[in-house]
Amino acid sequence: MSSAQLFALSGAALFLIGLHGLFACPHLLRKILAANVMGSGVFLVFNAMARRAPAGGPDPVPQAMVLTGVVVAVSATALALALACRLSEAGGAEEDGET
Amino acid sequence: MAADLTFWQWTFDVPLAFGLPLLAWGLLATPDLFKAVVLFIVFGFLLSLGWARLGAPDVALAEAAIGAGLTGALLLSALGRMGVWRDGRRGAPGRFPLAVLSLGVGLALGSALWSLPGRSPGLQERVAAELSRSGASNPVTAVLLNFRGYDTLLEVGVLLLAVLGVRSLGSATVPREILPAGPVLSALLRFLSPPLVIVGGYLLWAGADGAGGAFQAGAVLGAGGVLWLLAGERPPVSPPGWSVRPGLAAGFGVFLAVAIGTLARGRALLEYPPEWAGVLMLLIETAVTLSVAATMIALFAGVRSTRAEGSLKGGEP
Amino acid sequence: MAASEWLGLALTLAGMAFFFTGTVGLLRFPDVYTRLHALTKADNLGLGLLVLGLILRAHSWAVAGKLLLIWLLALAASATSAHLVARAARERGVKPWQRT
Repeated sequence: MSSAQLFALSGAALFLIGLHGLFACPHLLRKILAANVMGSGVFLVFNAMARRAPAGGPDPVPQAMVLTGVVVAVSATALALALACRLSEAGGAEEDGET
Repeated sequence: MAADLTFWQWTFDVPLAFGLPLLAWGLLATPDLFKAVVLFIVFGFLLSLGWARLGAPDVALAEAAIGAGLTGALLLSALGRMGVWRDGRRGAPGRFPLAVLSLGVGLALGSALWSLPGRSPGLQERVAAELSRSGASNPVTAVLLNFRGYDTLLEVGVLLLAVLGVRSLGSATVPREILPAGPVLSALLRFLSPPLVIVGGYLLWAGADGAGGAFQAGAVLGAGGVLWLLAGERPPVSPPGWSVRPGLAAGFGVFLAVAIGTLARGRALLEYPPEWAGVLMLLIETAVTLSVAATMIALFAGVRSTRAEGSLKGGEP
Repeated sequence: MAASEWLGLALTLAGMAFFFTGTVGLLRFPDVYTRLHALTKADNLGLGLLVLGLILRAHSWAVAGKLLLIWLLALAASATSAHLVARAARERGVKPWQRT
């Protein structure tokens, strides 16, 4: 097993943990964390795939996509957090038994 | 390359690859929200170590500054604003079928990844063939700003949209007290600001040939701005009376102007003339750096927004 | 390996030992203030030794200068953040641990 495959499987594990957390955790902040973990899993898979290039350095296209993804993830997280804070100030950041 | 790792490299990679999912599980399972956020920051930094191990230094820089640093600051601000430190209930009803579903998706993904070939050049050869005509010698920068410049244009647009969304939500309705800055933080600010600007400029310049680039430089400058906000003062860069809006829009605006310029000259969208490629890319990167810095500061101010009295000299940006 | 590389390796390992000690202190000390003490002192020294070890293995003066700059900046940042955490803890009334 090469290090690329190892990290790719690790990324798949992160994706599944984040997916489960997104569904199972009731608090909004935790859902945001779970979505970020899912995103990190996807980035890990992309960079691991980039590492498979045989010579002359890793494939730069997936790496550029991951860089884009990191920046987009932080903006999405910021918007989600602002919405969650507003929601909790209006009364209720936890789900009341209804998904 | 990929398969001929030494034993010592394995002793680093294997704990990292196992530790990341364990850390993710821990942060989602703990009932203490503050602990979850702190574990997430640690997760982000370990992930940036992973990027360094996978030969992606640009991504490692961006992940450490933006993914772990700024996201951690945003999460802590939101946590303080919400005022909830433990969530009482654990788990939604019907957890077991959800767990089985997630496990099924994970296994499908894992087996798909396992079945991929161990070595595959991807697009690396095509990028290497065109690199000398792209205006940059760092392949990631060339891909970001030249070969896939359209994606980056839209990414800067997404940043702008996020700022618009956060600012349109208005300030908090619940007043919150903020500790005054104190002499140590103020002194650190004044000590650190010049090096931060220099490091940001260096990262922007070095991005053409080595690790670095517009987003990393913008993140460093944005971090400096966030420090000023944390000290309760307004960054001294903006003259009084100037709005921050031109800075927020500058990146997208300049990028769009260059794109329309290439169309107007009869070429395809964002197809730079080869002798101008380096100059155009640097121009776009400078504007994007300023924009990313302003966006990070505005996002942080928006998530943290508070109506505490008398704590911000000069008001919100 | 040349003598300077062996020395660099030894310094790096010594730095790691200091980091380990700091982490043990973080886990074992009884309250915020003592933990901050362990963290900042041990980690700063550990980082300094690590940087020194890496400087000995660096290939150019520019890289060595950058490493030194990293250490100084990390020193300033960790000292300030330790001060801020301790001040916030004291404002919230966390009392220092007394031996009972």
